[in-house]
Amino acid sequence: MAWRIPLPAATGARLTVVLSLLALLLALSIGIGLFVGSQRLSPSSLLSDPFARALFFRLRLPRVVMALLIGASLAISGAALQALFRNPLAEPYTLGVSGGGALGASVAIALGWGVRLLGVPVIFLAAFAGALAAVAFVRALARSGAVALPGALLLAGVVVNLTCSAAVLMIQYIAAPNSALQILRWIVGSLDVVGFSTVGQMLWLLLPAWMALLAFSPQLHLVAIDEDTAASLGVNVRRCETAVHLLCSLIVGVTVATGGAIAFVGLIVPHAVRLLFGQDLRIVLPGSLLLGAAFLVLADALARTALPSGELPVGAITGLLGGPAFLWLLRRRQQNVVM
Amino acid sequence: MSTLLEARGLDFAYPGSSLALHGVSLAIEPRTLTAIIGANGSGKSTLIRLLAGLLVPAAGEVRLDGKPLAVWLPRARARQIAYVPQSMSVAFPFAALDVVLTGRSPHLNLLGFEDATDRGRAMDALAAVGADHLAGRQVTSLSGGERQMVMLARALAQEPRILLLDEPSASLDLKHRAGLMRTLAGLREARGLSVVMVTHDLQLTGALFDRVVALRHGELAADGPPAAVLQTEQLSSIYDDAGVRTCTVGNQILVWTEL
Repeated sequence: MAWRIPLPAATGARLTVVLSLLALLLALSIGIGLFVGSQRLSPSSLLSDPFARALFFRLRLPRVVMALLIGASLAISGAALQALFRNPLAEPYTLGVSGGGALGASVAIALGWGVRLLGVPVIFLAAFAGALAAVAFVRALARSGAVALPGALLLAGVVVNLTCSAAVLMIQYIAAPNSALQILRWIVGSLDVVGFSTVGQMLWLLLPAWMALLAFSPQLHLVAIDEDTAASLGVNVRRCETAVHLLCSLIVGVTVATGGAIAFVGLIVPHAVRLLFGQDLRIVLPGSLLLGAAFLVLADALARTALPSGELPVGAITGLLGGPAFLWLLRRRQQNVVM
Repeated sequence: MSTLLEARGLDFAYPGSSLALHGVSLAIEPRTLTAIIGANGSGKSTLIRLLAGLLVPAAGEVRLDGKPLAVWLPRARARQIAYVPQSMSVAFPFAALDVVLTGRSPHLNLLGFEDATDRGRAMDALAAVGADHLAGRQVTSLSGGERQMVMLARALAQEPRILLLDEPSASLDLKHRAGLMRTLAGLREARGLSVVMVTHDLQLTGALFDRVVALRHGELAADGPPAAVLQTEQLSSIYDDAGVRTCTVGNQILVWTEL
């Protein structure tokens, strides 16, 4: 039996308590993220030092907001994809969705598509298209009946990821040097950002997509138990699947286009929420959103301070934490195969 | 008596296969217990999934209260019909009570949560199938039979007018099998529930059901009271086995095969 925080029995009251706790944790992590780094800042220095003020508002604050948006996005997408595929090991990275998004973004950069379409940067759209193609491929494979072996879904995801990584490397090899440098970011995952323009562009796409995904949480709660059961309880499973795929592709595409393919956030965070607060998807989804935000803000703070000089890519931190977590979950799942 | 659920000339084929069901018509009346019997692959599960609206027929239609199933809003339909699949694979360690509580979802508003009344009804449903002791257990740690009881409780918590069960007694021991039948018979009397159950348990069928529908190679082979359908000649034809024998002892019909 997993260790759980004691919570009220009624789901509504439980949700309120969980969200309050996680909002508090997020606020704390934002505080840490804003004031730690190679250049230590304090609230008083912001008032007295123009350099500190510029550093805070041009670099530190946008970066923390970016980490918050990407962490929240990857975690909520992971929670939703795990429910949809009824697979605790599914997440944007293991399903190849991040790889597809990174390939789409790389193509856009290599071709110099710095323009916007209806106000949306083309790179976002290209990453969305790449993520959508990857999820459509994995979904088609899962539906084809060809997936008879447990874990074949994840193998398909790994294959998509490897293929996309190879294509990204190839593009990097033939692209102009400055594009190649930019593409390199997509491979390691980075949260470098200056000013709020990118963050603003992300926000107006991500916020509505998060809200829409949260609105599906009651249906995902039923789908996570059993597809036929969900359908007999009044869920239009096909419509729910399509909507969640589209929303996750959009969310992951936008985050990959800006921060690169940051691994395992979508795996670790929903599992932590489940272990602490139970399996109800109506709690796991919003809980993952908040904990994912807090987690990546803290992981980024660690990435910025772990080395005496310079910084680590945040993707390396999440990868180092996520790899062992993935193996632990895999082992646990193999022990619990009762299906 | 007005018809509650009606199948009219149902045809169905799975992709790349020949017809699994052909021209099946069936009318379910309120307060009745109907068994669907037949050999493996005769189309029983396909028929019950069509009645539940989980499959769409290639020809024909299913009507609920005289209205085609397709025009019912899914949640409104779920307040009328509950379905329990043959087996259920669960990937996440949900508590049994949480699974049973999902049966209340068609009664909640779209973003709503279950309240104390819903929890009470879920516990009542668990008690009705003799599984209230499983409420706090994780479904991934339950045996096949225990999981089946949880799924039955989920369907009862749904408070439907029609319960469609696909071989619910297959994984149940003698005690729980008898308990299930008593519960269903009790709910028919108390709430006017109608039950349609796919089963291989012909003993059970003969003892408790009002009506037996038999399928053979996807077509209706017999439809009538147990005493009329559970006859040696009829069953030999339904199961393609000349060794089937029946006899009546008191009000029980015994069925066995010569080995």
